[in-house]
Amino acid sequence: MIGDWLDIGPVDQIAPGTARTLPVRGGEEIAVFHTTHGEFFALVNKCPHKHGPLSQGIVHGTVVTCPLHSWNISLKTGEAQGEDKGCVPTIPLRVDAGRIYLLRSAVVGAKAPEPQAA
Amino acid sequence: MNAPTNLNESQVPAQLRERLVVIGNGMAGCRAVEEILARDAGRFDITIFGAEPRVNYNRIMLSPVLAGEKAFDDIVINPMAWYEDNAITLVSGDPVVSIDRATQTVVAKSGRVEPYDRLLIATGSDPFIIPVPGKDLEGVVTFRDLDDVDKMLAAAEAGQQNGGGHAVVIGGGLLGLEAAHGLNLRGMTVTVIHLMPTLMERQLDEAAGWLLKAELERRGQQILTGANTKEIIGKDGKVAGVRLEDGREIPADIVVMAVGIRPATGLAKSAGLEVERGIMVDDHMVTSDPAVLAVGECVQHRGACYGLVAPLWDMCRALADAACGVPSGYEGSVTSTKLKVSGIDLFSAGDFSGGDGAEDIVMRDAARGVYKRVVVKDDRLVGAVLYGDTADGSWYFDLLKKGEDVSSIREALIFGQAFASGGALADPNAAVAALSDDAEICGCNGVTKGKVVDTIKAGACSLDAVRATCKASASCGSCTGLVESLLALTLGDEVQQGARTLCKCTSFGHDDVRRLIREKSLKALPQVFQELHWSTPEGCASCRPALNYYLLCEWPGEYEDDQRSRFVNERMHANIQKDGTYSVVPRMWGGLTNPRELRAIADVVEKFNAPMVKVTGGQRLDIFGIKKEDLPAVWADLNAAGMVSGHAYGKSLRTVKTCVGSEWCRFGTQDSTGLGVKLERMTWGSWMPHKFKIAVSGCPRNCAEATIKDFGVVCVDSGYELHVGGNGGIHVRATDLLCKVSTEQEAMDVCAAFVQLYREQAWYLERTAPWIERVGLEYVKKALLDSEQSVPVLAARFRYSQQFMQDDPWAERAAGKHAELHQHLAEVRPLQLETL
Ligand code: SRM
Ligand SMILES: Cc1cc2nc3c(=O)[nH]c(=O)nc-3n(C[C@H](O)[C@H](O)[C@H](O)COP(=O)(O)OP(=O)(O)OC[C@H]3O[C@@H](n4cnc5c(N)ncnc54)[C@H](O)[C@@H]3O)c2cc1C
Ligand code: SF4
Ligand code: FES
Repeated sequence: MIGDWLDIGPVDQIAPGTARTLPVRGGEEIAVFHTTHGEFFALVNKCPHKHGPLSQGIVHGTVVTCPLHSWNISLKTGEAQGEDKGCVPTIPLRVDAGRIYLLRSAVVGAKAPEPQAA
Repeated sequence: MNAPTNLNESQVPAQLRERLVVIGNGMAGCRAVEEILARDAGRFDITIFGAEPRVNYNRIMLSPVLAGEKAFDDIVINPMAWYEDNAITLVSGDPVVSIDRATQTVVAKSGRVEPYDRLLIATGSDPFIIPVPGKDLEGVVTFRDLDDVDKMLAAAEAGQQNGGGHAVVIGGGLLGLEAAHGLNLRGMTVTVIHLMPTLMERQLDEAAGWLLKAELERRGQQILTGANTKEIIGKDGKVAGVRLEDGREIPADIVVMAVGIRPATGLAKSAGLEVERGIMVDDHMVTSDPAVLAVGECVQHRGACYGLVAPLWDMCRALADAACGVPSGYEGSVTSTKLKVSGIDLFSAGDFSGGDGAEDIVMRDAARGVYKRVVVKDDRLVGAVLYGDTADGSWYFDLLKKGEDVSSIREALIFGQAFASGGALADPNAAVAALSDDAEICGCNGVTKGKVVDTIKAGACSLDAVRATCKASASCGSCTGLVESLLALTLGDEVQQGARTLCKCTSFGHDDVRRLIREKSLKALPQVFQELHWSTPEGCASCRPALNYYLLCEWPGEYEDDQRSRFVNERMHANIQKDGTYSVVPRMWGGLTNPRELRAIADVVEKFNAPMVKVTGGQRLDIFGIKKEDLPAVWADLNAAGMVSGHAYGKSLRTVKTCVGSEWCRFGTQDSTGLGVKLERMTWGSWMPHKFKIAVSGCPRNCAEATIKDFGVVCVDSGYELHVGGNGGIHVRATDLLCKVSTEQEAMDVCAAFVQLYREQAWYLERTAPWIERVGLEYVKKALLDSEQSVPVLAARFRYSQQFMQDDPWAERAAGKHAELHQHLAEVRPLQLETL
């Protein structure tokens, strides 16, 4: 059971309203978000537009605005909001007794979509 | 009694009854027994074990007991007589220590062994203790049972005898705040330490959390948010204080830990039952062993664990139905929260995280201290937060639980049940039309409906025009909706849209917001949102940075910068590039450099493998391709050579370009290089509405391009020509000549005054060129030059605010501040993963 989940440390290492990163050797870097309402989400740290680092964007509600060209990406689904089309993989996450766990298979297996031309 | 089977007490001989053993004499355990008795009083032979040495009481009322509003006797649910009348054996003060499922027995601490046919685990939760040094000191208590309350009361009593007494509550959630309130009423000096930036962040949004904090502070409690406990300090084995991560120390005679609870699953786990966060149960509250039931805070049902009583009641009903042979099934609960602190009305329910297609409807009434927010998604109410007026809480909660379509009452939803169910009145315009002429529309300025309508008829065709003429809605803005309705009713389609508002969250424009921040002494973002009736809970990506700047500019040294309201570049103090790396531009005062600086830059380029270094259009060097992890180390190296941040990323002073001037150039009239350096030293670090560039040219040949800068100096034989409002960017604009002065000092003073005027009056993201186009050069000249006092007064305000701005942000970062912005959490190496 625990073996399926990867413990990435205590919740208080990510200030609310911000994100931090988790590089995966041989895989995609992951951004772990903490919203102002105390929810946690994990996504591949690459905007579906042109691979901007989502971890550096402004977080509002359960959406992050990409720092490069301001696409809005849902933290819940990885889906681009509004007119923009594209989706970045999300990584299943749970919080237990003050620690954050990521689904191990998703951490290792995540793949970012190709960046878009326009 | 609704007996679901034909069995009853008289028909089942006592020795044939099933033996039901309950572990936990708390709220859920006893309620489950009550529900079973109500269905079939004769079915079970019941024994209840309780760790606490007392009968069953209403745990949620411990807060009023602590506050002195109730006594223990008032909160007993089932007195001893209840156990006796129902032939229940109560074993109190004797916790169960093990369960043997093979022999179907439980063993208590005293050694007592009790066999069961059915076992019910209702052990509730254990308070979570943060693992800091000093957590085991005498005087560190939790808030869970009557013994805890007694300890707090004893501390308050001891405090009374020593002239006060200090209590520290760690945790600003529901429990912590109720403890703090009680201790405060008992005469203690109370400090609440809360890790998150907002109190009760699970139940409240930022806006309501801020109002709550302000109210508790008004009552004399000290509330420290964003504060992390490092250690509890002891003296002679007793608690003496709390030390925070940032070094602050708070004295304490008692420390209450109220940081959260964990389902009490130890017994179940060692008995081999299936346990995740809580004891796993199905819809009939049956665990992985069919003979064992579980109920209350200790269980996990369909993935959820609960910490409130309402869900427990539903669980107990389902449990009793199934145990008595008529299974109904529990499907999970939606919960709502209230805070039991007298005089504070607060309610929250559902999901109010926003985003993802959810729509916020917000209503604020600053005068009454009211904030209401409902969240609607797909025409259904999904969340509600109410502060100050909770009368409609249960109505919203009902709509939310039923998932009713609210599209027909959407417009009126936020005004509450009375309004929304009022038929025709559900149309706000109709409601306003129905008001009498002498009904007051604007409370702040005492303007009646008749007066507003007359003003509109007399030609005020926009909100702004109404505000300017009769003052209605010009102060706090809470009646803006009413005035807009009156405009619509009076003019129909002829209503004119007013001047640009700051953003879609407000009906006020930039100037009004700035004026009101000053007049009402608003000093925090949530305060602005509340007092100026923002229509969103926490602003948006447009207004947050603007307000953050306006507050910073208005209250230098007082307002604390809100990092979350800043774009990545200003947060990281570097410019983000298309590949996610950063560029770093150190300041080169007036474009001057020296071997030491150049060497340091060259070393950094080599040491950090920077792929490119480039001379910028602003007369300095830009190092490209630095990773966010390396930024602090890069800055440390540059700092060591005496260089500071060039703010190439900020809405702030950028560069001061100079030419060589009289020191070398055969045409130079004054020391343009020297003056440029002085101007940069004076203005660097200042936050502005937009970026700001300065240049000083040594003669009218203007090699520093001073006439396309925000502030430009052209030196001439007789002194200095001062130019303003130039721009070399998207729309090129040559400067306007502001004035001519004869000394360097005068040039510096006028520069400081002009910068301050721009800082105080321009709209956020408006550079000097469009600002001057908007207000007119004459206005700027008048503001600066008409009175002899203007320049010195403005310049003094600028210099005062600069005292707080000229700390190099890089030095702080290099010294380790905000290290979390730069470091990864950890690195995952798949190989290592395999061995985990
Ligand atoms: C590095 C530099 C180009 C260079 O290699 O020379 C530069 C780079 C950028 N400029 Fe610039 N500008 C640079 C000098 C200029 C100049 C020339 C000058 O300052 O003399 C101008 C025209 C003069 C002016 O500002 O009036 C200039 C007019 C702009 C504008 C248009 C501003 C306007 O009001 O129209 C923008 C867009 C904006 O600010 O919104 C812009 C924005 C940018 C940004 C910040 C675009 C962005 O948002 O990412 C570029 C950042 C690149 C990076 O990551 O470092 N840059 N930019 C120059 C840095 C100067 C410095 O030392 O700080
Ligand atoms: C101060 C306070 C204020 C609260 N305010 C509210 C509120 O306003 N609204 C709300 O909905 N909820 C509130 N709650 C939460 C509410 O009290 C709980 O949700 C509820 O009491 C849980 O019921 P339970 O039976 O699961 O646990 P409990 O009521 O804690 O009962 C569990 C009992 O089991 C006993 N026990 C544990 N292990 C053993 C063992 N091995 N052997 C024998 N006995 C054992 C414990 O001593 C305890 O008496 C409040 C809680 C507290 C502490
Ligand atoms: S002109 Fe400025 S903003 Fe445009 S590409 Fe060059 S550096 Fe970037
Ligand atoms: S890369 Fe994210 S918006 Fe362009």
